[in-house]
Amino acid sequence: MVAAVSLGGGLGAAARYGAGLLWPTPDGAFPWTTFLVNATGCALIGVLLVTIAERGSPHRLLRPFLGTGVLGGYTTFSTYAVDVHRFLADGRTATGLLYLAATPLAALAAVWAASAVTRRLVGGGRR
Amino acid sequence: MNWLFVVAGAMAGAPLRYLTDRAVQARHDSVFPWGTFTVNVVGCLVLGVVTAAAPEGVRLGLGTGLCGALTTYSTFSYETLRLAEDGARGLAALNVLGSVAAGLGAAYAGAWLGGAL
Repeated sequence: MVAAVSLGGGLGAAARYGAGLLWPTPDGAFPWTTFLVNATGCALIGVLLVTIAERGSPHRLLRPFLGTGVLGGYTTFSTYAVDVHRFLADGRTATGLLYLAATPLAALAAVWAASAVTRRLVGGGRR
Repeated sequence: MNWLFVVAGAMAGAPLRYLTDRAVQARHDSVFPWGTFTVNVVGCLVLGVVTAAAPEGVRLGLGTGLCGALTTYSTFSYETLRLAEDGARGLAALNVLGSVAAGLGAAYAGAWLGGAL
């Protein structure tokens, strides 16, 4: 169980690091890459956990590997908070406050929308 | 080499989150997701220190890797959604505002600590 989480976490973090190398955001600019990594990770966990809840998991390690491991390693709360701090400390207050509010709003909208769509597709009522 | 730092850090951070979450949730008979809250706040504190004080390799391993994987946005938002759907809207709102405020506070504290080192 712990090994599955560890392996998944390594893969997820590598994907996040790779995204940062592919689409670097310049210092002082809105951190679109981290923002989109977190939003897509939240959408994917909605799809994953609703599917498992409705259909059952084909393997008992699937949820710890993909959910806790890959998506947990892919998304990050610490980079978000430290980036907000840096904007505010550097006097880029508007960008900092925008990023502070936009990330949780996008994350919640993503997990909510993805869960709702997945529920419709995989069947029936809630859970 | 950089990838190695990130992946090694994350392979420690993710199970640390999993084990902390289990240990914290076992102690609290509450629907509030204290486990995720705890790892997110601790991760923000450590990343604040690392960002302010550590050289590049350490920053990739401990920061991007370990703190990145120790903290999570996906579980945080999923648990918030579950609280809201289960009728605990107040707790859901408290989880969002509390996590963001505590995480940002921890990042400030970490940067201050890192600067003092």
